[in-house]
Amino acid sequence: MSELIRLTAAELGAAIASGETSAVEAAQAYLDRIDAVDGEVNAFLHVATEGALEQARAVDARRAAGEDLGPLAGVPVAHKDVFSTKDMPTTAASRILEGWQPPYDATVTARLRDAGLVILGKTNMDEFAMGSSTENSAYGPTRNPWDLDRVPGGSSGGSSAAVAAFEAPLATGTDTGGSIRQPAAVCGLVGAKPTYGGSSRYGLIAFASSLDTPGPFARNVLDAALLHEAFSGHDPRDSTSVDAPVPRVVEAAKRADIAGMRVGIVRELSGEGYQAGVLERFHEAVELLESLGAKVVEVSCPSFATALPAYYLIAPSECSSNLARFDAMRYGLRVGDDGTRGAEEVMSLTRAEGFGPEVKRRIILGTYALSSGYYDAYYGSAQQVRTLIKRDYDAAFEQVDVLVSPTTPTTAFPIGERADDPMAMYLADLCTIPTNLAGNAALSVPCGLAAEDGLPVGLQVMAPALADDRTYLVGAAVEAALKDRWGGDLLSRSAFAV
Amino acid sequence: MSAITRDEVAHLARLSRLALPEDELDQLAAQLDVIISAVAKVQEVAKGDIPPTSHALPLTNVYRPDEAVPGLTPDQALAGAPAVEDGRFRVPQILGEEE
Repeated sequence: MSELIRLTAAELGAAIASGETSAVEAAQAYLDRIDAVDGEVNAFLHVATEGALEQARAVDARRAAGEDLGPLAGVPVAHKDVFSTKDMPTTAASRILEGWQPPYDATVTARLRDAGLVILGKTNMDEFAMGSSTENSAYGPTRNPWDLDRVPGGSSGGSSAAVAAFEAPLATGTDTGGSIRQPAAVCGLVGAKPTYGGSSRYGLIAFASSLDTPGPFARNVLDAALLHEAFSGHDPRDSTSVDAPVPRVVEAAKRADIAGMRVGIVRELSGEGYQAGVLERFHEAVELLESLGAKVVEVSCPSFATALPAYYLIAPSECSSNLARFDAMRYGLRVGDDGTRGAEEVMSLTRAEGFGPEVKRRIILGTYALSSGYYDAYYGSAQQVRTLIKRDYDAAFEQVDVLVSPTTPTTAFPIGERADDPMAMYLADLCTIPTNLAGNAALSVPCGLAAEDGLPVGLQVMAPALADDRTYLVGAAVEAALKDRWGGDLLSRSAFAV
Repeated sequence: MSAITRDEVAHLARLSRLALPEDELDQLAAQLDVIISAVAKVQEVAKGDIPPTSHALPLTNVYRPDEAVPGLTPDQALAGAPAVEDGRFRVPQILGEEE
């Protein structure tokens, strides 16, 4: 096995830039690794073997021609299968888009290509990003590299598993209610949800447009920051893209100094329903922050208790509208068009066959919440809760610079355990949803293994909108201190460590 | 009393253009009943004087310069179509015979 896959993305980029290795060698090393382990992990829906080597050769040629390339040029990346890629299939893990190839690239995809990153392929996910375990994929579940009988989190579980199994140094994901932070936490990775509007939604298959946020996965904080910076920034093709400078996350990840920083523990994101081993690691992380010079206080955000119900009205409402585009007419699956049926019947048959159970559940729930007679009681009330959550954050951020909590109430659960119980599945996003409803920035960083099952625990760091750099600052400080304490990375203790 | 009846779920499925078989409707009705009872908690805290938030950002209309830019070619636009005829999307009958 090649030594190259042990390197961090930053190290690999530097080694390619110095000529010590090449983009082609790096791509080949990761393709070999995918070939060796993805049969067990099932992180990828599509591996771009030829395409990756071709892109890598092009990067090496640009470098040889003297072009000034960025720090990640030649470094491989895996994309969640929700980002449009014009040269490979994009399915959102749904039957309704099986084999579909988009005619254009998402902005995130295009920007990373321009920066010289090499796309290894597309990763598995919960269908249309709806789920917390990647079990809702139409193409089979992805397995957690720490324990192959457990879920890798979701919805971006293919991306988290790929990075944790050393099948990619970096991956993209989307976070609508926690779909980057939760899988990052349960796979022992760093994952960030940027400020809403900080990363472009153009070319992203839409789930809940007021919440969907592309973000990075990496094995360490600096790598995540480098990827974050590489795809962020204003995009005129996304009407909700923020026209403001990109927060200086790379600089923050390198600085890693939190002396004098004010940190708030959210009282409501703890206690009953939380696994003992998760809370133990969380409290340890808080003590660590204090030892690094942070001033820690407890703050109350009472409306967070209603965030989960509000989210499961708002997200399904938006999804029921967004997924109306899958009408069997212009692209994707078409079922029952035998000349005897009209368009509406073909549409209904196609959608019933093309969508999986969770997607149907959410479309119907959203249609219900938006129907006249129920709109005020459900969707309207949920929007009011959203206001209360924003107010809680505003009040908290007057007292503190960042808020912290466990990223998830439990470690990775066994495959199948919650598959037939939607409410139990929804609880996996308990700690991550408030950030999405408010549009703030947050990051999950590994803070150890739970004593009872030996599985990774994540520390969530939340910051105000456009203060993403603070989450990287805290994440990098925690990472450095824990690395000293452990004498190495958390991932070195995984069964898939290299 | 259940939060949602099976008949209501069947109606919503029709509105959502989902031709669901009977057994799927039964299962969905039971699950949605549990979910709707749980999410109804939002009504306990929502009060009349709280303004709604539909979006994390203050939304304003965004304009771009009125300049022609290249779009997809007809071939690109039709590349993923389930059926194509004479450079157009071929779709099942949309209007009834009598209309």
